[in-house]
Amino acid sequence: MKYTVLKNVRVGIALVFLLLISLFFLDFRLEVPEELINTTLYLQFAPSLMKFLTTLSLASAGFFIVMILTALFGRVYCSAICPLGILQDVFIRLSNLFKKKKKRWNRFSRPYNILRYAILGLTALVLIFGSTLLLTLLDPYSNFGRIFTYLFKPVVVGINNAAAGLLNNLNLYFLYRIDLYPVSAGLLAIPGVTLVVVFAMSVTRGRLFCNTVCPVGALLGIMSRYSLFRIRIEPSECTRCSLCEKACKAECIDYKAGFIDYSRCVACFNCINSCREGAVKFDLVRPVKTPVAAEAKPAMAVDGSKRKFITGSMAWLLGMAGAGLAQDIPRPTKKSTVPEPRNHPVCPPGSSGFTVFNKTCTACSLCVSVCPTGVLQPSFLEYGLAGLLQPRMDYHAGFCNFECTRCTEICPNGALLPLKLEEKKLTQLGIAHFIKENCIVHTEKTDCGACSEHCPTKAVHMVPYEGTLVIPEVNDTICIGCGACEYACPTVPYKAIFVDGNPLHLKADPPAEEEKAKIELEDDFPF
Amino acid sequence: MKRREFVRKSIGAGVTAGALAGFGSLGRLIAGPLPQESEWDVVAVRGGEPGIMFDRGIQSMGGMRAFVKRGQTVVIKPNIGWDVIPEKAANTNPNLVGHIVKRCLEAGAGEVYVLDHTCDDWGKCYRSSGIEKAARDAGAKVVPAHSESYFQTVTIPGGKSLKSTKEHETILKADVFINVPALKHHSSTHMSCCMKNLMGNVWDRGYWHRNNLHQCIADFATYRKPHLNVVDAYNVLKRNGPRGVSLQDVVNMKAMVLSANIVAADAAAARFFGSEPSDILYIRHAHEMGLGNMNLEELNINRITV
Repeated sequence: MKYTVLKNVRVGIALVFLLLISLFFLDFRLEVPEELINTTLYLQFAPSLMKFLTTLSLASAGFFIVMILTALFGRVYCSAICPLGILQDVFIRLSNLFKKKKKRWNRFSRPYNILRYAILGLTALVLIFGSTLLLTLLDPYSNFGRIFTYLFKPVVVGINNAAAGLLNNLNLYFLYRIDLYPVSAGLLAIPGVTLVVVFAMSVTRGRLFCNTVCPVGALLGIMSRYSLFRIRIEPSECTRCSLCEKACKAECIDYKAGFIDYSRCVACFNCINSCREGAVKFDLVRPVKTPVAAEAKPAMAVDGSKRKFITGSMAWLLGMAGAGLAQDIPRPTKKSTVPEPRNHPVCPPGSSGFTVFNKTCTACSLCVSVCPTGVLQPSFLEYGLAGLLQPRMDYHAGFCNFECTRCTEICPNGALLPLKLEEKKLTQLGIAHFIKENCIVHTEKTDCGACSEHCPTKAVHMVPYEGTLVIPEVNDTICIGCGACEYACPTVPYKAIFVDGNPLHLKADPPAEEEKAKIELEDDFPF
Repeated sequence: MKRREFVRKSIGAGVTAGALAGFGSLGRLIAGPLPQESEWDVVAVRGGEPGIMFDRGIQSMGGMRAFVKRGQTVVIKPNIGWDVIPEKAANTNPNLVGHIVKRCLEAGAGEVYVLDHTCDDWGKCYRSSGIEKAARDAGAKVVPAHSESYFQTVTIPGGKSLKSTKEHETILKADVFINVPALKHHSSTHMSCCMKNLMGNVWDRGYWHRNNLHQCIADFATYRKPHLNVVDAYNVLKRNGPRGVSLQDVVNMKAMVLSANIVAADAAAARFFGSEPSDILYIRHAHEMGLGNMNLEELNINRITV
């Protein structure tokens, strides 16, 4: 078998995953079918693991398949399936275009084992204690999703809008404008910093992020040490030319020592193709006696600055973990400047409420991307720190479409579970509260009723007020908390009707069955 | 349907041709009825499918060519406000919209546009209502109206509460504007029809709600005067409007009102709805502002039963 074919296969699979997953997050026309999304994301490690933990169903065992793959072939996941890993390869490839040949070479480096396993351990520990905060910040798939949703999608939409503007003037309407609801700069900073860090690490040190920061990489690295198939340098064919080490973006080949750190090898197979002698193989590990040199670990000098870096990072992580654990219950956002007395944020349908949702979501923001109305927006501290970046219903940005269940159908984490449309129409996310003192009908003594107009169940209905005026009233039992009333309410700056979230979603009553409507006319033409 | 229309048209044309000596009946068939100033203030039709009622109604108003001249650009403004199926009658009947598009193109319209600034997500509204497909199939361009960038500021000199607003640019560029509302219940204005439907022409509806809704509706009618109003009262949402809750809210009235005057059209529609025009505040405002006559007894009404 020619080993060089492996890299081509890897690149082919990686491109398919990268293009598809990018498309899911950039699809502003919402034309990608849910089935394609679910099939493609099935293998994403952290989401699949979260979904498995929530549903305990084998239908969400994609992570298990990844583990088997790793046990067989090493970290092929990191090179061919993980979108953030593949994105780094794109960065590396592009940056190489601007680098002189020698600058493109990689050099073997020592692993930051304490740091990477500490991050893995802490992430797991925080997860066990019921917070996804660290996983949210570190999971490569979720980071990829946020980078695309909040940074790349606006650029693509901007290009679309420019093109739509030109075409619409020419009377062509197959492109149309998209207005994205602006995300606050503070929230944009998180994917922004991630992108800068990942970019900088990848163009200077290859897959350093994957081998130091990424908890998925660390976990799979433990398994890939012992995988059945591994990269091997055949000593009898090796000329010690160093090309394999230079080609290794994981910095895990020490050609002088004939040593390969399998925990860091991401199975990209670049080394195989770099070798002019064909001495680099990828084959079944045989119990042969390896030369002494290959077993010897390279000498490691103590590096003070690295130690500091590690301890500093540990302290930061501990701090974040502590904060995550302490913030289990969302803080109410009661401030004197906010007259709507909101007690709880509103959590998306299919989540069964934030007490559950906050422990499963890793804020990949796919639901934010696929929501047709834009009502799903990333939270800052509305859920507390534990729910940082997780989507919430923002009824200033939009309201939940009565006939839509799209977000529940595509969540790879199982943080949102599929709801049948009929179930969703009775799922009470929260309850609308009317503040008469803010209402136009009360303050201006004119008709308004925008809230009741938009209400799909007529939980918000109009009752007689002064004179011929009518004023809203809420029927709690049939309100589903979709936010149409709050969105439509025209009062500024504070709304006269708002939805307060249910910590656990409840079941609303269906609207009462009414008799068939009639219009009594004495003859055919009432005039 | 097509054959029926053909037969009816042929008969109508034949009768006219008989009256006009010197014209061959073949010539009449090609030319269609001559456009003329309608003698009716309001035409009310009952008892047929929307397309048939429209044809009968428009015929008595001088035919489509009385409103649409060759090469003109037409905007048809149905109600597409809600993401609901046609049977729920919260939007204009899609068959009617498609039918009017067809008639406009037959009359020689250069381009026919259909649009509405929806309340629910626009893509879903356009699809679920069936209007996007019906209008496209009939040859219209269905235009988006979900982004402020499609709207341009206009002033309303005759307005009391509404002095300026932003209206859709396609309407501003059009030669002919045809208003095709659905007659239905409305939780805040009691009834929604012609004048209320024009809220879908503009961007910031919240301003209207904040600043005396009824007056703003009447104010906008001082500025935007449709060349033709076609009230779809085939299925009427009698309660829980403007969106509707269940199919039980819908009455199958099989009625239609056509008028070049928006106040008269709304007044006649109000009676079909079972209300007095003067009880609907925006109709009363518009009447008092001299935009039209809501006293149906003083109007010339053609009543057609299909």
